[in-house]
Amino acid sequence: MPPLLQIRDLKTYFYLEEGVVKAVDGISYDVQAGETLALVGESGCGKSVSALSILRLIPIPPGRIVSGEILFDGDDIMKLNDDELRKVRGNRIAMVFQEPMTSLNPVLTIGKQITEALELHLRLDNNAATARAIQLLEMVGVAEAERRIGDFPHQFSGGMRQRVMIAMAMACNPRLLIADEPTTALDVTIQAQVLEVMARLSREFGTAVIIITHNLGVVARYADRVNVMYAGKIIESSTAEKVYGDPRHPYTLGLLNSVPKLHQATGEKLMPIEGSPPDLVHLPPGCSFYPRCTFRIDRCKEEFPPLQLVAEHHYAACWVDVTKGRPSSNGN
Amino acid sequence: MATETRGAPRTVGHAVSGDTLLDVRHLKMYFPVTAGFLIQRKIADNKAVDDISFSVNRGETVGLVGESGCGKSTTGRCILQLYKSTDGQIIFDGVDLNTLRGNDLRRMRRRMQMIFQDPYASLNPRMSIRDIIGEPLVIHKLGSGSERRERVAELMRIVGLNPFYASRFPHEFSGGQRQRIGVARALAVSPDFIVCDEPVSALDVSIQAQIINLLEELQAQFGLTYLFIAHDLAVVRHISDRVVVMYLGHLMEAADRNEIYDNPLHPYTKALLSAVPIPDPVLERKRERIILTGEVPSSLRPPPGCVFHTRCPIAIDECRQVIPEWREAEPGHWVACHRV
Repeated sequence: MPPLLQIRDLKTYFYLEEGVVKAVDGISYDVQAGETLALVGESGCGKSVSALSILRLIPIPPGRIVSGEILFDGDDIMKLNDDELRKVRGNRIAMVFQEPMTSLNPVLTIGKQITEALELHLRLDNNAATARAIQLLEMVGVAEAERRIGDFPHQFSGGMRQRVMIAMAMACNPRLLIADEPTTALDVTIQAQVLEVMARLSREFGTAVIIITHNLGVVARYADRVNVMYAGKIIESSTAEKVYGDPRHPYTLGLLNSVPKLHQATGEKLMPIEGSPPDLVHLPPGCSFYPRCTFRIDRCKEEFPPLQLVAEHHYAACWVDVTKGRPSSNGN
Repeated sequence: MATETRGAPRTVGHAVSGDTLLDVRHLKMYFPVTAGFLIQRKIADNKAVDDISFSVNRGETVGLVGESGCGKSTTGRCILQLYKSTDGQIIFDGVDLNTLRGNDLRRMRRRMQMIFQDPYASLNPRMSIRDIIGEPLVIHKLGSGSERRERVAELMRIVGLNPFYASRFPHEFSGGQRQRIGVARALAVSPDFIVCDEPVSALDVSIQAQIINLLEELQAQFGLTYLFIAHDLAVVRHISDRVVVMYLGHLMEAADRNEIYDNPLHPYTKALLSAVPIPDPVLERKRERIILTGEVPSSLRPPPGCVFHTRCPIAIDECRQVIPEWREAEPGHWVACHRV
């Protein structure tokens, strides 16, 4: 069976006064039906832009999808016209955003916002749509759904709003759910509730999920596979077990070493990645991680390493084999 | 170095030993809720902090954790006298700050500084880095102009910034560098005590570790005492000697950092710890988790009895009626729960 989603050499650039920001610069990956894929990376690495590109939600100008192929469930997303695209958005591919307050319409009731998609995509009449909306709210754990359907977004707490967002996203039973930092704005106990609801629903409905996050713990719990991004490129890709247990890119290694571990008593110092994230307008010619890398060799300065197979189902973009050879001190 | 003293159980509650720098006793901070047009009248109290007591020893780091709205930042601000507390004592080096006024208070304030969460919002965009870091020196009338310039350059070197950039403005720096500027500003007047209010939560993971290491180095170098306010339990475990857990304006539990993580007594602490996913897929998927139901109630109408009872998986009738006493359940391990 072909993958549900295939992305090939996707490039999304933003043309700003300061220069061209290559937010996503030639990434390729697949998402299988029903699996959960995580896009991990720090701010500005292009993880959100790469997901927004799937639904062609990039503001034009200044942004533009420069090249690439996005094949979803038999459709070439890049070739769809606006009408066809609308039939995909919120229907076969749904999205949950980070900030539930800004992604819900403050002047419409929750019920109206959920039934809108049902009436548009599934052609349900008003009564059927309302009944379905109540059912959806119950599914995501909103108590007294029948009454709360007439409430406005401000009457819900942050966690409840995010549940409503998930209910809206699941309304048309999508094949793919894109969740962009869905719990970053929430407290940990609420984060756990919301993520469990999302994981349960995606299991029950067989929905594939792309979860975008910087939280390495969330990835460890929920993702089957992980793509690590840095400066617009995927620099490592494999199963969660392999990326955490046997990281092959110096950046992944650095990221895992720099987070304090809740489950370990540490007296040692953390090992941060030195330097700052790259300026996307003025990227170095070779590997973007070169200035911060402890494994770097001269070749990294000149040539960008392609994403290549380093072990079974495990890809990394690095000229150096990090399992051999000690890191050189960061000044050579 | 501060890490050498870590691990030994110490008192957390009211017991004051010789090396206590800060002793917070029965602190209350009620914000008035007002209504009315033109004439505002008070209609209720928002009990942001409701009768909490803990102490901080000289040279140690106490982590104050809890979810948004639990009162942890308010506590920090009360200690620094940025809010006038409703009731209670804040005894800093033997003096109750809540009773000080004018010059006496200003003299004590020099010994206490704050590092803020958002490195973008806490630096004045129109001031050069030199003016930002030097401002506390001007306020406290320390040194001449040239001495101040010299001191600013020294501070920049201490926090890992090149003094060459002193005439630049905040927008020319990255988030991590801005937080270093905030740290330099806090250090300017050579304080004894710094309240770090979520100092790394706005930063990227790879940069967080840089700032945490910097704070630890500075503590060792200058013998600083920190109150480290954060919601990230892993960061708190790493940096703190002792940890205090807050919920809805009340203290739930306090103990040595390894004790509280390895042997949590309070059901809230247990739930909080189990809700944090750990970055290890093999371990994480085997973990049993306690997922709390419901949400944090409003501090305008806190539940009677134990404030946590509405979400507590083991609450009994007593919890709904009687506020649990803050007591030392095991040596150095304090808890407020009827069921422990």
